[in-house]
Parts: sequence; C-alpha cells; structure tokens
Amino acid sequence: MTQVRRIAGGQIDRSSTLNFAFDGKDYAGHPGDTLASALLANGVQLMGRSFKYHRPRGPIAAGAEEPNAIVELRSGARQEPNTRATVIELFDGLEARSQNRWPSLAFDAMSINDRLSNFLTAGFYYKTFMWPAAFWEKLYEPIIRHAAGLGSLTRLDDPDSYDKGFLHCDVLIIGSGPAGLSAALTAGRAGARVILADEDFSFGGRLNAETFSVDGIAGAAWAAKAVAELASLPNVRLMSRTTVTGAFDHGIYGAVERVSDHVAVPAAGKPRQILWRIYTQRTLLTAGAIERPIAFENNDRPGIMLAGALRAYANRWGVAVGDRVAIFTNNDDGVRSALDLKAKGVDVAAVIDTRADAKPLDGIRHIRGGQVVDSDGRLGLSSITVRMANGASDIIAVNALGVSGGWNPNLNISSHHRGRPVWNEAIAAFVPGPDGPKGLSSAGAANGIFSTHGALSSGAAAAVAALSDLGIKAAASKTPEAEDAPVAISAFWHVPSSKGRAWIDQQNDVTVKDVKLAHQENFRSVEHLKRYTTLGMATDQGKTGNVLGIAIMAELTGQSIPQTGTTIYRPPYTPVAMGALAGRSRGHEFKPTRLTPSHKWASEQGSIFVEVGMWLRTQWVPKPGETIWRQSVDREVLATRNSVGICDVTTLGKIDIQGTDAGLFLDRVYANTFSTLGVGKVRYGLMLREDGIVMDDGTTARLGENEYVMTTTTANAVPVFRHLEYCRQVLWPDLDVQLISTTEAWAQYSVAGPNARKLLQKVVDQDISNEAFPYMACGEITVCGGLRARLFRISFSGELAYEIAVPTRYGDAMIRAMVEAGKEFDAVVYGVEALGVMRIEKGHVAGNELNGQTTALNMGLGKMVSKKKDAIGMVLSQREGMARDDGLRVVGVKPVDPSKLLTAGSHFVVHGKSPTAEHDDGWLTSVAFSPNLGHSIALGYLKNGAARIGERLRVVNLMSKAEKEIEVEIVSPHFIDPEGERLRA
Amino acid sequence: MIINHPLLGPRDAQEFVYLGDANLINRPDGLAEGAADAFYEYLYLRDNPAGEHRELWYHEQGDRSWLVVTRNTLTHDIKSVELARDVARKMGRSK
Amino acid sequence: MPNHRLKPLSPLGHDTPVVTTIGPVTISEMIDRALASVATRRDQDKAVAAAAKTLGIPLPGAGHFEQAGVFSSFWLGPDQWMVEAPFASHEDIVAILKPTFGRAASITEQTDAWVRFDVSGKELPSMFERLCTFDLRSHGTGSATRTVIDHLGCYVIIRGEALLSVIGPRSSAQSLHHALVVAAQSAF
Repeated sequence: MTQVRRIAGGQIDRSSTLNFAFDGKDYAGHPGDTLASALLANGVQLMGRSFKYHRPRGPIAAGAEEPNAIVELRSGARQEPNTRATVIELFDGLEARSQNRWPSLAFDAMSINDRLSNFLTAGFYYKTFMWPAAFWEKLYEPIIRHAAGLGSLTRLDDPDSYDKGFLHCDVLIIGSGPAGLSAALTAGRAGARVILADEDFSFGGRLNAETFSVDGIAGAAWAAKAVAELASLPNVRLMSRTTVTGAFDHGIYGAVERVSDHVAVPAAGKPRQILWRIYTQRTLLTAGAIERPIAFENNDRPGIMLAGALRAYANRWGVAVGDRVAIFTNNDDGVRSALDLKAKGVDVAAVIDTRADAKPLDGIRHIRGGQVVDSDGRLGLSSITVRMANGASDIIAVNALGVSGGWNPNLNISSHHRGRPVWNEAIAAFVPGPDGPKGLSSAGAANGIFSTHGALSSGAAAAVAALSDLGIKAAASKTPEAEDAPVAISAFWHVPSSKGRAWIDQQNDVTVKDVKLAHQENFRSVEHLKRYTTLGMATDQGKTGNVLGIAIMAELTGQSIPQTGTTIYRPPYTPVAMGALAGRSRGHEFKPTRLTPSHKWASEQGSIFVEVGMWLRTQWVPKPGETIWRQSVDREVLATRNSVGICDVTTLGKIDIQGTDAGLFLDRVYANTFSTLGVGKVRYGLMLREDGIVMDDGTTARLGENEYVMTTTTANAVPVFRHLEYCRQVLWPDLDVQLISTTEAWAQYSVAGPNARKLLQKVVDQDISNEAFPYMACGEITVCGGLRARLFRISFSGELAYEIAVPTRYGDAMIRAMVEAGKEFDAVVYGVEALGVMRIEKGHVAGNELNGQTTALNMGLGKMVSKKKDAIGMVLSQREGMARDDGLRVVGVKPVDPSKLLTAGSHFVVHGKSPTAEHDDGWLTSVAFSPNLGHSIALGYLKNGAARIGERLRVVNLMSKAEKEIEVEIVSPHFIDPEGERLRA
Repeated sequence: MIINHPLLGPRDAQEFVYLGDANLINRPDGLAEGAADAFYEYLYLRDNPAGEHRELWYHEQGDRSWLVVTRNTLTHDIKSVELARDVARKMGRSK
Repeated sequence: MPNHRLKPLSPLGHDTPVVTTIGPVTISEMIDRALASVATRRDQDKAVAAAAKTLGIPLPGAGHFEQAGVFSSFWLGPDQWMVEAPFASHEDIVAILKPTFGRAASITEQTDAWVRFDVSGKELPSMFERLCTFDLRSHGTGSATRTVIDHLGCYVIIRGEALLSVIGPRSSAQSLHHALVVAAQSAF
C-alpha cells in the first residue's frame, strides 16, 4: 500500500523507508514518523475499539494524551500492550496490533455492547452485579474481564533489562517547547546544572508542529539551533525520549527514559528503559498545553480529531488525515488549523465556528454561530451534519474533522502534591495553582501563556527567578521575535442533543449522558463524578476529557467551573512499564546473594543450598546413592553425634563491642548479666525488646577486659546492630562503647561431636584439652602453623563442640583442612537441616520459638531475666499477663505411636474436646525426625506446659489430608543428654 | 524525601530506617518506684500529631547515626535534623 | 608474614583477583589492602589524634578520604575511621596499631569483611549514575561516602581523577561485581 495521505513538507526523512506491519498488513513510513502518523499517511484511520462499547476508533491526538489509538507492540516475549500509537517512534520491522476487538478490528462481535448502551450507562456495574455475592468471582468478573480487556500480557519473561539511575541538577525543565528551550538557554548560559527532559524523540515541542517563525527562521529550525547550543554546554543534560512521570517529596522527580524503545531489539548490554530518580533544586514545568474537544453526537468516529493534531500531522509529519476536511471550533486557534491545512493544499470544506461574532474568513466557508450536531460513516467519517445560526442544517461530506474546544495547560505534574489547579476565565482553562510541589513553577502554555512570544519570555523569566532562589545570577537575553496572538475563545463545551451519545472521555467511553445521569443520581462533586462515571480513570487520566466533564457538570448544577472544582492528577503522568519499576531486581537478581566462605567447597561437593535471607547456606550435602533428603540429613546427624561434624555458621551475626563501659552496656541490652563474665569466657544471652518480648538470642564472648564479640541469629543480625546503636547513641549517649560488625570478617565453623576436640587439635596450634580449654571458654589461637584465629567452646547441637573462626579469605582453605583432618574420624560436613534436627533434639529454641510474640518465661528461660539491673524489656516482661504461671511454655512432644510423623503448626487439643479455637492449648513450633531416637519429635508451646510433662493429648492438623489427629505425650524439651554431660566432656 | 544529615548533608530517605516518636529518648529508670506504669506510658501512649513531629531516623546505609528529624507529617517539610546523641545529652541523658 | 599452610581465596572465589574491562572502564578486584576500624573512646580525641600522628594515619572529616604514605583512611561515622594499609606488611593490622593507640581507641580487624573493587577510567559518572545516588559530578578526589548499590551498603571512595573504589560486603562480592559490570555495559 502506498502512503496515499502523505503531503509535502514535514520533519520526516523521506530518503529512508521503514517497513512495518499493523494487524498483519505491511505498510511503509519514514524516520521521524510515529506509528500513528505513518498509519494515517497510509490512509489508516481505524486503530482500535473502545473499551466498553467497542466503537471503532482512530487517533484524536498527536501526543501522549491520546485516548483511542492504543495498540499492542512487537510480538513474542517482547509484546507490550496498551501503547499509544501517537508516541511510538517508528522503526524498521515494527509490528503492532489493534486491541479490544474480536475477531477483527473491522468486525468486532463485542460491538453489540454499543447497541446495548442504554443499559451500560454510568454505574452499570455497581447496579447490576451487586448480588448474589458469590456470582462476582465466578461469573460476572470473568465475563467483564473478557469483554472489557485492554491489551493482553505475554506471560513470558521480558527478555530485556531495565536500569534505575540517579541524576542531580539545579533546574529540571520538563518539556522542550519554546518555553522550555528558552528557560534551558537562560539557565544553561548562567552555568547552572540543567536537565531538559522531553517525552518526544525530538526537541522543540509545538515548534515542530507549527508554521510560525522564531527570530526570522522556521520554529523547528530555531529549536534545532537552540538544542545545538545547549548540547555544547557541559552543564546541560539533554534528555529526549524521557517522560517525567511524577513529583515526589523534596525535589525528587521520577522519569522514564526510553533508551531502546525505538529499535526492535536493544543493543547488547543496553537497557530498554531507565527509570531515573532526579534530585533537583528547582523545577520548571514547560510541558505545553493539550487541546480539548467539543462534545457532539457521534464525535468519536475515526477521522474526527483535535484540530491541533490535524495541523500537527500536516506540518510535522506531512500527512493530510483527510483530503476534504472541516474544522469545528470555538476559538481562534481552531481557525489557525484551517488556515494551515489550506496552506498545505488540503481542501477545507468549512470552518464551523460556535462564535457568531468571529472575524469572517476569506476564501473558506466560515459557518459562524454554527455547530456540528452529528457525524456519519461506517468505520470512518464520511460526513458531518451542521446546524447553522439560523437553525437550518446542512450535511457536509468530509473525511476528517478537526475539533477545537480550546487548550488546557498540561499541568499534570503541578498537581502531584495536591496542587489544586486554578480556573482562568480569560483562556477558559485551569492553570497550575500555587500549592503544587515546592520548588516547581510553570511557564509558557503549561502556565496558560499560549503565544510563542509569551512562551519564550515566560520561560526565560521563570529560569531567572528559579536561579535567583539558588543564588545564581542569570539574565534573560532578548526574547526572540515570534507571534504573540492573544487567546480568543468563547467557552463552548457540548452541542445539546436528545440522545446524548456525545463522547467526553473516549478511552473509558464516558458520554454527556453519563454525566447527566451522575447529576440526576446526585453524584455531583467532581470526585463522585469521576468515580461514578469512570471519567478520567483510564490510562490517559482524562487528559483530553476531564475539563469537559467538569464543565458539563457545572452547567447542570448551575455552578461556575471554579465552584465545581477539579480532580487532580497523580503519578505517573503516563503509564510506566512494570519492568522499569523493577529495574534489575528480578529473578535471581531480585536481591544480592550472600555466599558463605565454604560455598566454593560445598558447590564442589554437590551441596543442596537454601536461601536464608540473602544468604545461600548448605542445607545438606548428599552422598552418592542418597536419593531422599532425609537419608543425607539422618546420616549427618548420626555421624555428628557419634563422631564429629562440621558446619559453616558464618551467617550468624557478629558484632565487635569495645569500650570501658562495654560490660555495662551488655548488662543493659541483655536480660541476663555480662559484666561478671570472665575474660576468655562465653555466655548465652537473651535480648528483649522494651515490651518484654524476646528479640534475639546468642552467645557473647569476652575476649579482653574491654572487648566482647556478640553473636546474633542470622535473621536478626541487622536489626540487632541497629538496636545496639540506638541504645548507645539515643538512650545512653555517654557510655564508652564502640560497635562494628565483623560478621563477614571471619569464616566461622562449628565442629561438634565426641571427636570434635581430636579433630580440632590436628589444626589448632595450641593445647585445647578440656583442662586448657573448658566448656564455655574462648580465646585467640593460631591454626595450621600460625594463622590467627578465634576459638569458642560453645554448642548448639548439645555435643562437645567448638566454633572456630579464621579470617574469611582463609575460610575455604580452613574447611578443606578440617575435612582432611577429619577423615580418620569419618567426619561429615552438615547443613542447616541437620543443625535444626540436633537443636530440636537438644531442646534449644530458635527462630520458630523466637517468633516476636513470646517471652523468656514462655521459652522456659524466665530465670535468666535479672531484676537487679535495668535492662531493656525487664520491667514490661514482668507484666501480670505475661508472667502467668499457667502461660505458654516450651515443651517436648513425641508421638505415642512412634511410627507417626508430626507436623509443625499442629495445635494441642485435649482428649474429648472438639478441635476449635476455644479448646486450643498451643501449637507445635518445630518438628523433626530424630534419627537418634528413631521417631518424630517436636517442640511446642503448651498452655501451662511446665506442669503437664507426662500428659497425653492430641495434636490436630486440620489441613492434613492424611492424618488430622495424632496422640502425643508431653516430655521434657531436652530429648538428648538432658544433664549436659556431653557438652562438658 | 531528602534528609539533611547534620554531618553529611542532604541524603535520600531511602538510606534511612524510621523508628518513631523521638520521645523514646526519655526512657524511664527501670529500677525506680512505679517503673511499670512509667514504662507503660513511655512505650504505648504516644502523640500522633497531624503536623510537626519529632522522630527518630537511623542512617543505616550511611554512617549509622541516629537522628532526630523534626518533620511535618502533613507536608513532609523537614524543619531540623539533629544527631540524636546531641539531643539526648541536651535532654539530660548520659550513662 | 605468618608461616601457615592455608591458601587464601579472593572475594570472587579465585586464586587471583579478577580484572574486567568494559569500554573506557576497568573494574579490578583488590586484595592487597588490610583494613581496621579505629573508633575513639570517650574523651580520648586528643590521644587518638596523637597516636594517629605518630603512626602517620590521617583522620579525615565526615565524608572524606585521605592518603598519607603507607596509611590511608576514610571516615565511617562520628569518631570512627577505616584505616587501610598494605596487606603484605600489615596483615595483622590490629596488632600493629594497638600498641600505639593503647586504650584510647577501639580497633577492630575489618580486612576480610569487605570486597574492594577499584574502578578506573574516563566517564565514571555515566556508569555510577546507574548505580547509586552519590553524585560523582559534584564530588572530587578525597570524597568518600557510604551509599546503596544494588541494595548493598557500600563505600564509594574517590581516590583520584579517574579512579575510585567501591567497598562492599564481601559475601556479596559476586552480586556487587555483577552490578558494576551491567552498569558499565549499560553506560558504555
């Protein structure tokens, strides 16, 4: 197909042809085209179906405000729904498809909705699908979703990457029309750090779409000259294809740069888009203005568009949307569109001007005081019906109609901090109010100053003012010569009609009739109007339709527009891809990974890893022939209890605590006492929150008089460190105590089992006999012939055990040395699964018991809370309700029938009671199969548990498909070595 | 938001962790008479002003300073930022 | 140098450090510096300053880094610095510093808590604006700050015209390296 609507001129590169496809059909366009301009050049006006009624639709705009021409772009995993054809930069090989139609755009079965429109009015869903409630999920919603869908998702991973970035500037300028360029030149020449961002792929804004001259040259040429100067300034960053999407607190703006959207596939290593976080001192909103339509019967037919868009397609893209056109206007700018089109050789059949007193036009049929009352044509415009001032009507054959109801400043961003737009009667439009984002001011058309001269001068003045706030002296140079036409408008919103099928919000299919219905049903405030009719709630946020809807409501209530008020916009200004919001944080790179010092060795062994926070820890280390995880875990447990096992415990938090008050500090942050701990000794500590609940536990070693090292649980390493800094800086600012994390500085391994000492003695250079290094001793030692290391005789498993730490870089060599040394003892390396089994066997509490709801008393550790000193949480842990003798206590649990397997989360219920909440006696927190005992065991919280040892009752798991109830016996939580003889061996 | 750190200048609030009311500085003495009531009031009875609020923030991804930020909860305007240690000392806290 | 038989592993898990060049920048894993934190104890500011002077250790102000002969340091927080020295001669850096600082300072070995990547080359700001909020364009040599890179708290230290260090948590060396590489590929 040839480009039948292409006319002379425009900023497209005709020396090069780009081939693309729309709905499977091939077309050609040129660099500089958008998808919409190229389709229009090829005579394609029909680009989509409307959301609710499935009416045929074409573009009405030439920019980001477009409500209709919404298409699916690309194919396969790169398919992207809901993109606006009016801003898609054409590239060779582009594929696009229309949306919301079935089976085809020309014949859409769902257009039956249009016939049913009497039933599908405002509030239809609220009224119709109220009940029965069960129908919503199963019946109504699927039907509505199918019928009213926008584009579809691929359900495939996006193959492209997205970056996030951070930029800093003195002045952010949003929009590069005459006001933005003038502001950027003023600020740039003054040496300020400037970012000039424009959503378009070429700078210049409206100058690219007009025939005006600036300083005696074409506007677009002047813009190019200005951009060239800005590009030469090192303090100015020019960002095209960059949409500023939102204003946030304290001068932070979000912006999406479409780095690779204009190519089929991003270059190697390049992101598709970058989400920038811009930190700026001052912001100038120079985003121009958006034209608004006049509502009339059937004003949504393809071929009917905003007059300024018709003019832009002709001037910028060399496209005559129709070969015979008319203009319907209430202002002089609409007339300008007619003149520009005529100058381009387009046949302008008539200008229908609502103003009876408009200055008559020469050489064009000028119907003053006229109105367009209807349109006709299947899938596209073929004629309009015009009512003259004298009441007579005429049918005029045209295939394009430009409509201008005036221009609205594009003030979206200025209302992001609840900035209320203010009505300006002279231009019949809202302008940015004074209470928008701090540090933001507006200039040019965005501020209601519509002439080119006004835009240039107000842009420069705004820059001077913004820089003066920052103490930067700038001078506005002489404003270039440019047109300075005043705004001549007589507000006119809609053509009254009986049927009222006149569209206001084309994307959400909101009509004048819907506004009338909202009024009739008393949804009259703008916020109610918006939600009841869905006016402005589509992805275009009502950029073209909102003011029209408000004006019609004002007319119905008899109030003025300022009295009626306006809704405000919220970020994002235009839709942002989820990928851009995610950035690099997806899949395995969602968060960084932390690797333990033994990771390389463990990988070589084929270890199974488990994510513990950001850490990857060895879960178990399978041996050849082991096919089920428990084979490996049982072996690791038994080998450790019978001989010796090694486990990487580096992930536990380690905090170095020094200072002359370090002991006193520990007394304050731990419920038990540490100042009495001897040098070279370790003690288990319990840390409470101020409300008396247990926060964390771990051991703390005293390495010197004023030097301790605290261990925390893996999960709480960061919160505990934060808490300690809080205690040190905020609560007791004069304590002499210094903190630093050493978690990553040391590779730490647990060596546990009856042969632990024998194994370690082979690598430790000093004597570590029971006499020289008794239970709960610690000290600095050397290993393997002189490497500095730390040894702690502590045990989580209940066995004779040590933790040994070496500088992390030697952690890999250390585990290899210990595995080698352990060969004669058949030593194993065990993972967190075996670690868990052994601590349950020993009755040690861990994360499942320290669940943020439990006290020391609940854990059977109530005696550890010293009342002789003022530690965090001491006072409130003694509260009556928390100190009850019959409260929850940790107990051991075993099934009466040893073949039964327990499930964590099962609840205790006594015999004879139904398993309901009122009979809930507690729950199983941790469950394991004990290979030493040969049956399932558990820890649990049981009401009055301390007094119930020996009792038999049931544990109930209603979720279980197999066995909902198992009879258990309550036992001591210490299944293994309750006297602790092994520890001290 | 931007928090103007007294030592490091303007920093993105993303680097901080929020705790809450700066009145937490006034921790009662746990060994004093009536400590249970004092702690109850200290921990649970807080003002929740729509307007100026003094609150504790922690520069976790920065220099690990605890700060007292005076912020308007309606506008997010930040009036002052001080090192919590200095504020605590001024309020008479020591060891 | 202790005479033990354990062979060290670099943070990225190799015998030798990794060097990657992308466009104008080179990212180098550095393993030849020992680190210790030095924190002033209460009312010991003068003693710490004197000890630091004796050893030739600079104590730069907030947000700064300073090199002075064998030692260099950067500010960590109020009354706390990270001291850097050559690993070969200062592996047991705490043992070297402690005698001079005595009880005036709390000194903690930090060498292996961190991974350091030196990034050198032109146009570093174009790369780092994709990584962190730290504005390289308005900071010069001697600036040092902690900031977030790929969710990780990292120190960024500007050592020279076209050279900076990123010092991040050692256990996440691979993730951090990946983040630096993709940022460089994106920028150049």
